[in-house]
Amino acid sequence: MTEPEQGAVVLWLSSRYENIELVQAALGHVCRLRGIDGEMEHWIGMALREAVANAIRHGNRLDPQKRVLVSFGGDGDVLELTVGDEGDGFDPGRISDPLAPENQMKTSGRGIFYIRTFMDEVSFSRGEKGGTILTMKKDLKTRIAGKGEQ
Amino acid sequence: MGKDFGIRMNGDVKVIELKGKITIGSGDLKMRETIHQALGDGTKKILIDMAGVSTIDSSGVGELVGCYTTATHKGAKLKLMNLPNKIQDVLTVTQLITVFDVYSSEAEAVASFG
Ligand SMILES: Nc1ncnc2c1ncn2[C@@H]1O[C@H](COP(=O)(O)OP(=O)(O)O)[C@@H](O)[C@H]1O
Ligand SMILES: [Mg+2]
Repeated sequence: MTEPEQGAVVLWLSSRYENIELVQAALGHVCRLRGIDGEMEHWIGMALREAVANAIRHGNRLDPQKRVLVSFGGDGDVLELTVGDEGDGFDPGRISDPLAPENQMKTSGRGIFYIRTFMDEVSFSRGEKGGTILTMKKDLKTRIAGKGEQ
Repeated sequence: MGKDFGIRMNGDVKVIELKGKITIGSGDLKMRETIHQALGDGTKKILIDMAGVSTIDSSGVGELVGCYTTATHKGAKLKLMNLPNKIQDVLTVTQLITVFDVYSSEAEAVASFG
């Protein structure tokens, strides 16, 4: 995995779902430091939970020996979050659209859609050892994009 | 994780009061177990009270969809009530709000089962 930028808050976690709560707590701390209100924190938190859950489950396949890296960075106007795992990576172009009628009643496949809905910029890249690095940005100047927006 | 969800009857409708986080590895499975147990008892009318839910993630949403399908297959009806705004938003963006029958009052919800 790439080294996080200087000055960022960084967490290394073992691949257990309980650690999602730790990430959430760290986000709360970062949001208070950065003056991000509770409403915006909620939606960022939702995206972050989905990203960490995917890293634990699909990336690291629940192997507690494998780690998930979460970093909080960005400048005054943008919060940048990255979530890295030690999995095999995947092709984000091949995930299915949860809004397609044939997928509507599926029990999975909505996580990345939620991440894209609640964050302003989302990109996937491959880590040095092949895992996934998900980078998400939230523009702190705009008001919340949590609602359906339609 | 945490205490069990509350279950009570309102006439012949079984009301399940969800609480806290319905998220991966914790509330999601507990919710499924609770609803499946109610269906196993032969209940045909299930009303899920979401008032106490603080967060739901895609796993929780997926379980809810799965429970809805299971209920339908068993000839039962599963409806939702008292959705906090944030939970409503989460179901709206994935267009599931139109799948579930959603009510804002228990009286209205109970009456809707007929
Ligand atoms: N970190 C990851 N590593 C490998 N595969 C991933 C990762 N994140 C997502 N995926 C793949 O993308 C799919 C869609 O993810 P998501 O939208 O969160 O839905 P779900 O987790 O319910 O399957 C997953 O099923 C998985 O195949
Ligand atoms: Mg997911």
